[in-house]
Amino acid sequence: MSTSTLLAASGAVSGGEAVTFWILAPLALAGAIGMVAARNAVHSALWLVLTMLSLGVFYVLQAGPFIGMVQIIVYTGAIMMLFLFVLMLVGREASDSLIEVLRGQRIAAIGLGLGFAGLLGSGVYRATQGSTPVGLEQANAGGNVEGIARLLFTDYVFAFELTAALLITATIGGMILAHVERRKEDKRDQVATMKARFAPGNYPGPKPGPGVFATSSSVATPARLPDGRLSDRSTPDILPVRELTAEETTLKGTEK
Amino acid sequence: MIPLAQAPSLGDFGHDPWWLILGKIVFAFVVALLGTLLGVWFERRVVGFMQVRPGPNQLGPFGLLQTLADGLKMAFKEDILPRSADKVIYFFAPAISVICAVTALSVIPFGPMVSVFGHQTPLQVTDVPVAVLVVLALSSMAVYGIVLAGWASGSTYPLLGGLRSAAQLISYEVALGLSIVAVFMLAGTMSTSEIVAAQGSTTQLTLFGADIQTPGWYALLLFPSFIVFFISIVGETNRPPFDLPEAESELVAGFMTEYSSLKFALIMLSEYVAMVTMSAFTVTLFLGGWHAPWPITIWSGANSGWWPLLWFFGKVILLVFVFVWLRGTLPRLRYDQLMRFGWKVLIPISLVWIVVLAGLRTIDDWDTESRMYAIGIPAGIVLLAALFWPSRKPAPKPTLVEQVDNRPPGSFPLPPMDLQVPPSPRTRRMVAEREPANAPAGQDSEEV
Repeated sequence: MSTSTLLAASGAVSGGEAVTFWILAPLALAGAIGMVAARNAVHSALWLVLTMLSLGVFYVLQAGPFIGMVQIIVYTGAIMMLFLFVLMLVGREASDSLIEVLRGQRIAAIGLGLGFAGLLGSGVYRATQGSTPVGLEQANAGGNVEGIARLLFTDYVFAFELTAALLITATIGGMILAHVERRKEDKRDQVATMKARFAPGNYPGPKPGPGVFATSSSVATPARLPDGRLSDRSTPDILPVRELTAEETTLKGTEK
Repeated sequence: MIPLAQAPSLGDFGHDPWWLILGKIVFAFVVALLGTLLGVWFERRVVGFMQVRPGPNQLGPFGLLQTLADGLKMAFKEDILPRSADKVIYFFAPAISVICAVTALSVIPFGPMVSVFGHQTPLQVTDVPVAVLVVLALSSMAVYGIVLAGWASGSTYPLLGGLRSAAQLISYEVALGLSIVAVFMLAGTMSTSEIVAAQGSTTQLTLFGADIQTPGWYALLLFPSFIVFFISIVGETNRPPFDLPEAESELVAGFMTEYSSLKFALIMLSEYVAMVTMSAFTVTLFLGGWHAPWPITIWSGANSGWWPLLWFFGKVILLVFVFVWLRGTLPRLRYDQLMRFGWKVLIPISLVWIVVLAGLRTIDDWDTESRMYAIGIPAGIVLLAALFWPSRKPAPKPTLVEQVDNRPPGSFPLPPMDLQVPPSPRTRRMVAEREPANAPAGQDSEEV
């Protein structure tokens, strides 16, 4: 780390750093463009993962190993995984339709995007041109992780705690809004179910199949109980119970 | 001869010639592959031993070559691509798993400084100030392999397996990260080689006036963290009893149902490499890394040269055995039990333990009396609270006879509660018929 810190602090771009940058920068861009262009939602998410991974490596390259790893763990590992989790439930065939609702909006978006990128890029380039980076060595003096920890827990501790409180509030709010839990006394557990099953008035056994002991195998024919009565539990509620006469049940073509 | 610097520090990395770097990378890769080959064999033999059957014993000595034969067979099998699969992602998913599992071995310290052809070099591919986070990042990336394999297969069981694994791994990663925080607090660093070095020294612990030399292994010093960490890595590597993504009795083979041939072999490989990697990671963080265990430390040369490699792999094999032991012993958890355990047991334990540890670290440099107060008062409060916590007395359970008597009239008939079989009426009749031989006539009518 010490060597990379020194290199980054001196403002000079070493050979390895340049090679890594020129390999990963096109990949990061491709990921960003692919995310917008991909029609499948999961493919979009994966392109975004590519961009985030490249950004993580860039942070490491810029002598910020901690923030680089946190970028990969938190953004790529947890947040994008949650996105994927939801997208997977949508189904594989769910793709965006290519029909343009607003005429010409795609061309306009591309033009405006390119214009904005050009403005931003040239602005940053002109602002940083000729300036030399200072202060990295002091910031990373006791180690990168220690430096971040010192800042977080001294100067920015209030902002840090406030952010944590905000996130927790949002999480709990989301859980309360989304989580439907029946009250404990409303839930019928196994014991209550069994008690209701064996309570008087309820027949605990399985329902008799239609047509059992009956003269026909039709679903509409109710089962006949052993004492000869008909059981209406054996037929679906939507079917009218009908018992066939002797003529109807005799096989066709056997009349004398 | 230059005396060996025993424990390498971060400054010792990055000075190797190219052939040494290449050699170390190949070494780590071979460890991963051999770990898989021997790991599968080891698991099958040990599980076989636990289930009183031989296990693979035909191919080679003790069946050692069985895995090799299985691997070759897998390579020659037909590679089936399901029609509904997402072809590119289906192809990449196993590769993601393998790459993540193998790469994690690069920051594992296998040993101290050794001399290779005159070069002093640590037995570790590389080390960075955030090496532990690198392993965590790789294990969180490995989830993509499983989830994408499940999604890209384009059928139901793999999708369910992938969904389960996404939720499971995210949940257990939280507990994993929290349990490592305790190690960071004690070691004061996130670099693996320095964590191992920090465990090398014995700590002097003053307990009730007596000086006790404790070994620096964090498994002893941070026992709760160690337990939480080990349970979490079992969940993280999808090993039984947490193997819900591939629960074969519910999901056929889960996320890898549609995979065959070499892609299936890659998934298997990544699973076993992950097991070896995570065992090595546990050894590094909690079991003193390459430091020799207690009775061997009497020998002064135990922690120098190439010997530590032996201790390191001994500990790794021991942990792999525990993995296999868990598989042979515990039934698979239900999904809601798994989630409840992760979120409601492991994470709260970790959080409370971190707070306690932070408190202990804060009062470390106080004088003895105030330290006694600082520990004693909270401990007393907790004890009193536990003692006088109003316990909910459950209502006395009605006896069986009371339950039967309280049944509403018209209930379903019950068999006799005393479970005594009533005598058969036929037996009684036979007895009754025999009895009149020496009894006066007319007694028969009393019989039922």
